[in-house]
Amino acid sequence: MIEKSPIALQFTDVSFAYPTLQILENASFHFHQGEFIALVGPNGSGKTTLLKLILGLEEAQKGTITLMGGRVKAMRPVIGYVPQHATYDPSFPISVIEVVMMGLVDSTRRLKKQEIRNKAVEALKQVELEDLVDRPYSQLSGGQRRRVLVARALVSNPKMLILDEPTANMDKESEARLYSTLERLKGNTTILIVTHDTRFVSDLTDRVFCVDVQHEGSAGRTVVQHALENIEGEYQKRVRHDVEIPADFCAYPREMPS
Amino acid sequence: MSGFFEVLFSPDVPFIRNALFAGILSSVLFGILGSIVTVKRIAGLAGAISHAVLGGIGIALYLSATGIVPNFSPIVGAVIFALLSAFLIGAVSLKSKQREDTVIQAIWAIGMSIGVLFMAKTPGYTNPSSYLFGNILLISSCNLILLAILDVIVLFLAWRFYPQLEATSFDEEFAAVRGIPTQAVFLIILAVTAVAVVLLQTFVGIVMVIAMLTLPAGTAGYTARNLASMMLLSTLYSFLFSAGGLVVGWSLDLPVGAVVVVLAGLVFLGYATVAVLRKKRSSRDPSSS
Repeated sequence: MIEKSPIALQFTDVSFAYPTLQILENASFHFHQGEFIALVGPNGSGKTTLLKLILGLEEAQKGTITLMGGRVKAMRPVIGYVPQHATYDPSFPISVIEVVMMGLVDSTRRLKKQEIRNKAVEALKQVELEDLVDRPYSQLSGGQRRRVLVARALVSNPKMLILDEPTANMDKESEARLYSTLERLKGNTTILIVTHDTRFVSDLTDRVFCVDVQHEGSAGRTVVQHALENIEGEYQKRVRHDVEIPADFCAYPREMPS
Repeated sequence: MSGFFEVLFSPDVPFIRNALFAGILSSVLFGILGSIVTVKRIAGLAGAISHAVLGGIGIALYLSATGIVPNFSPIVGAVIFALLSAFLIGAVSLKSKQREDTVIQAIWAIGMSIGVLFMAKTPGYTNPSSYLFGNILLISSCNLILLAILDVIVLFLAWRFYPQLEATSFDEEFAAVRGIPTQAVFLIILAVTAVAVVLLQTFVGIVMVIAMLTLPAGTAGYTARNLASMMLLSTLYSFLFSAGGLVVGWSLDLPVGAVVVVLAGLVFLGYATVAVLRKKRSSRDPSSS
């Protein structure tokens, strides 16, 4: 039972504001190890800020965030992160394998190159791109580049995989291949997908959290959990915005709160 | 050209040999730092630092000539000014992105103006153009030793921290998630570039340092397979442009710094033109891709 497994990520009364803008206010939610989670919200709702808090790139002004039971910055090595990388510079000279090897870069040390390369090739096999090892990264399609970034995240064998808008500008074939990779990882690796599509999520999703609710008297937004509905014959689930579940309630979908 | 080689080996004309050594030593800095500046897209920041350096040179010349601080070396003044402007520009770039352009342009202009003002009030004759456009006569043995020391430091840092440099240049956010102190790396790159600019300006001058930090690296970027090969190729191009500029400049009695930059610019434009034509051809003929 997923809900009996240890907690992967827990937000407790977290608030965060930029100097002139309150973003999050009293956000509390958690999910468990092995779960496949979707975090949805329209553009500008605070998803990116929430992601930065999870990754330890910003610090909450109030409340606590724990990742795998520890402080976020200390636990960062267990995270595999797949950014959007929207500001990618196509003139940057780098090969596919070098991008993946970057996933094992240490903060200050130099690691053994051959060892890293072998692990990077294994990670490329996981995303079915092992034939493109020495290809310049700039020669790949957008979908292939995103899968290379998934391989870069997987190379460190993370306990939790975080993907920011993984299917944005991706062709159907790459999208299918990406989800088949994620399906193989599901259960062993906690997966968190952040997306602006608030209506549909992958059928692999166990639970969905929405960052868009502003409670009365609050300046910032908070996080709520919504119900999910299967769509017959589709590889997607519909987000039921009309059915709100307490954000810290984790027995869904096996048991609805009374 | 044979006259150039006679002069090169003549014991009576040491400055030509010094200029050639300066070209060789500069190539390492232009190649490595230029590649980093180019892939990190901070040429504008490096340009502002290089121009602000004139302020430090002007103040040092004034303080030294008036006896307020006797024997105050222009290089020391330039290094102090370069580091100050590097940290100011770095801090603004990290903390106040929306003001970055204005502050960079302000530091660029104010630094140069301070230099011109102090030089104007410095007793005796001071010619700013030798600092702005370089003067191979100004290259001393001390300059060469300093350049060699900086070469060793930059080579060591680039080798030792290559994975971290590559990661922060390619994807800064991901590098930060991997625990790399990206802001410290950025400030160190700016500081090392600032010191390098001061030493390099004796060879090609303040105005043209930034051209040599971008043109050889930009040319190398067209054929390099990764950042390391870009650094190597860029070093090689820098050496060829420097040596070529020295030979042509000496033979035709032209300012060497300007000839070096024109050579680098022509080769870069040649590569850029070929790249554009190839892209056009491959977009017309999909079977060729």
